[in-house]
Amino acid sequence: MSLWSRISNALRGERLNREIEEELQSHIEEAIASGHDPDEAHRTFGSILRQREASHNIRVAGWLESLLADVRFGWRQLCRNKVTSLAAVLSLALGIGSCVAAFRLIDALLWRPLPISNSSKLYVLSRKLTGLEGKPIDDGYWATPDFKLMRDAVKDQADLIAISDAERTDIILSAGDDVEKAHVVYVSGNVFPLFGLEPALGRLLAPADDRASGAGPYAVLSWDYWNHRFGRDPHVLGRSLHISDQTFEIIGVGPRDFTGTEKGTVADIFLPVSMSSLAAHENVTWQRTFLMLKSGVNPATALEPLRQHLSAVSHAFEIECSTCFRGVPQATIDRLFDKKLVLHPAGAGISDLQKDYRRFLGVLGLLAALVLLIACVNVANMMTAQAVARAQEMALRISIGAGRRRLVQLILCQSALLAVFASALGALFAAWSAPFVLSLVNPPDNPARLALPADWRVLLFGSGLLILVVLLLGLLPALRASAVRPVAVLKGGEDPHSPRRLMRGAIAVQVAFCCLVLFLSSLFVASFQHLQNRPLGFSTDRLLLLETVAGKGQLPVVWNQTAEALRAVPGVNSVAISGWPLLGRIMINSDISINGAPPSSTPAFFLNASPGWLSTMKIPLVSGRDFRPQDASPGAAIVNETFVKTYFPGQDPIGRTFERGANQPLNTIVGVTPDVPYHDLREPTRAVFYVPFDEIGDQSAPKAVDFATFVIHTDSQNPLALADSLRQFIAQRHNGLRVSNITTQLNLVRDQTIRERLLATLAAFFAAVALLLAGIGLYAVLNYSVLQRRREIGIRMAIGSTRAGIVRIVTLDVFLMIALGGCTGITLGFGAAHYVASLFYRVKATDADMISLPACAILLTALVATLPAVFRALRTDPTEILRAE
Amino acid sequence: MPKTDALQGSLDLLVLKILSRRPRLHGYAIMTAIASTSGEVLRAEQGSLYPALHRMEEAGWIRAEWIKKDTGRRARIYELTAAGKKQLGAEESRWQSVSLAINRVLREV
Repeated sequence: MSLWSRISNALRGERLNREIEEELQSHIEEAIASGHDPDEAHRTFGSILRQREASHNIRVAGWLESLLADVRFGWRQLCRNKVTSLAAVLSLALGIGSCVAAFRLIDALLWRPLPISNSSKLYVLSRKLTGLEGKPIDDGYWATPDFKLMRDAVKDQADLIAISDAERTDIILSAGDDVEKAHVVYVSGNVFPLFGLEPALGRLLAPADDRASGAGPYAVLSWDYWNHRFGRDPHVLGRSLHISDQTFEIIGVGPRDFTGTEKGTVADIFLPVSMSSLAAHENVTWQRTFLMLKSGVNPATALEPLRQHLSAVSHAFEIECSTCFRGVPQATIDRLFDKKLVLHPAGAGISDLQKDYRRFLGVLGLLAALVLLIACVNVANMMTAQAVARAQEMALRISIGAGRRRLVQLILCQSALLAVFASALGALFAAWSAPFVLSLVNPPDNPARLALPADWRVLLFGSGLLILVVLLLGLLPALRASAVRPVAVLKGGEDPHSPRRLMRGAIAVQVAFCCLVLFLSSLFVASFQHLQNRPLGFSTDRLLLLETVAGKGQLPVVWNQTAEALRAVPGVNSVAISGWPLLGRIMINSDISINGAPPSSTPAFFLNASPGWLSTMKIPLVSGRDFRPQDASPGAAIVNETFVKTYFPGQDPIGRTFERGANQPLNTIVGVTPDVPYHDLREPTRAVFYVPFDEIGDQSAPKAVDFATFVIHTDSQNPLALADSLRQFIAQRHNGLRVSNITTQLNLVRDQTIRERLLATLAAFFAAVALLLAGIGLYAVLNYSVLQRRREIGIRMAIGSTRAGIVRIVTLDVFLMIALGGCTGITLGFGAAHYVASLFYRVKATDADMISLPACAILLTALVATLPAVFRALRTDPTEILRAE
Repeated sequence: MPKTDALQGSLDLLVLKILSRRPRLHGYAIMTAIASTSGEVLRAEQGSLYPALHRMEEAGWIRAEWIKKDTGRRARIYELTAAGKKQLGAEESRWQSVSLAINRVLREV
């Protein structure tokens, strides 16, 4: 109570003084009333002022009172230079907001533990091996039978959990409803109990639901899906859900904050692993495998033996597996067996988004931090200049007895005020920008989704940042100001160069940071430009893609008839069919065996394509011919130039044959095309072959096709305008074909560059801000320095210094600092670029224009920023200065 | 305002004691009460009375209140709180033991 009353008293200091005074006055009046002489009463009472001071100090929290006074004083200081203060607050707000936003994204995607119990005991199993292209890869997918063996082997010490990645799946909620998309996740039955999750409604999946194949047709909805799709309707329990030919019963809704383990994707529907058709295959690796240590098991000692045990079990499974390596070349088998099982902590979930965006977010955080530092240097410079201007005041304060601590407090208060205002603005900026950047990650029709709560983690980071900023801004000026020697200052002759030295050092730091930002940005922008301007080898113009499915499959003739019917639709220019679109999500490799030899260790990738597909895609033929309607697979094949180089070096490929694996039917090469990107714009050129869309099965009968893509060249500039009518057109034919997904070839190409585009945009933004701030900082320091050296410049002019000489003394040391900072920045840039090289596309940190671009930008900015100060110096009138002295 | 702990302690004790006997007194009345009950031997120094009162108020031993006097002026009157009563007990027993000890020393010499 006492502290509280002292604090509240501090807030009403003046009123308190009046009250104390009134009480003391009433005392004297009482004395007079009881017969004392007024003069004597006053005399015996002593000094009222002194007593009031004594009482005042007792009744208020002195530290708070002085703090309030300092805050008031700091506020007045800020108000005195409104424009400067506003610029300082805005630049700091931008820096703080960007840092907090970057932290929110990094934390949400990479660090924040999943909302489950024992997240610290959760690990994920993967295998390190050498990939197809000879690079080390981390394979995190497992076959379910392998998983079951490993699960049983370690069940005394740990629980193994199977969770598939969320797959955007066609579902029908009840008979008669339209098909819609939902993210379906297959989980083993032990997930919910092990994660300690409680249902929001109904029940969750249990181990019994996952016991045998097809025995658990039950679905659990995520809370999020239940909320946005069903409006939290409690009657959802018991309703059915259809996925292709399976029917599931909805039995419950998961807890509110659990969205699955795949950060970046919100799971909609959880199904038992045993209900997936993939679970029965020994050679299909499709599910992630998590490991949860049992309680009481010490991770430090138990993990390595567990890893070795799991590795041995999995190895034994693969050796046993009869279907795993049928027809696979020995070299590939050797490569696949040469691997190491590893356990990674997975308490923060696991997803491809994490893998793809880890470096990206690191760069984002670095750029944001650098911009904040540049802004801090600017504001610290401003405060140093103000502190120098106040050196007389400080000296006076010290001479009349102000403690140095109090002076430090005075200046820190001002920097804290700036930082607090900037933080408030920055928080608003972060609240807007973090979700905004997140919404630009992933294609617009399937955006990344992450919980971005503003909870204690963000608050803690924000407060830490605030304190850091206060110290960065204020500590140096505060210590400088408090170290003022009153005698020297009041005499008017302290070393006038020392604050400038400090500020010049700051310039070097600022230029170094700015250079680093510019350097990285130019690398990212160049990467994006190279990627975007990469020659495709096919045209994306007016190409509509209808990804179509056919339940249990339809014969090629049905697909071809549909294509023929689509050609007759007005607005359609040409129609072709391919197995899947180029640059889509699908890539399938195939072994290649020449003349009955064992398959080569480098596989090729393939695509089924109908006659006319090449011309619809505007892919030219280098030699040979396109497919004809009577061509079928196996039989004819068209190959790309890399395929020729790989398998038929130096030969004419037309008419030559290859097999897709040992003892497979022959394919005759009928045409050669140039290389076009197959799956990824960044990929090295792959060997690709095309086979006819019509496939012949084992008994010489046509093979049914269950999914393919209609590639439609439209007359209209916007191919999507036709999308809905064509979808209905196909549905109305009632031949079992159904359009599952609509996109354009242009969108698929654009989706390839999303990360690079986003990074380039953000980097360019930060570079512009950094350059602007550095320019402002440079201008301010030079201007200040010229003002300070007015006397010196005047004297130099008076004794005959040339204009060039004046310019030299004004700018020389600054440009030295810029050069020093620039070199440091580029050196730092090389280090940083090495770390993020995986984000580059066909650029190297050592490219000449990557270094010259930021250097030129800095120099140009420096020139523009120094000009006003130089002119000011040249306009100095020596007579005026000397007269004033 | 230099002052030894013993003196300050005894002023607190006197004020608390006066207020325990006669609640709701203003500063001047407390001062005169100390003087009159001690037979004009003890005189609270006026300069230290108010700081002492305010300190004890902040410590929560006494509680203050403004009242209107007949003259129309306001006066600030004080009364003991529960914490003050406890403090008074402690101060009294401390005083007893100190004075006992001093008396014992005086007798011995």
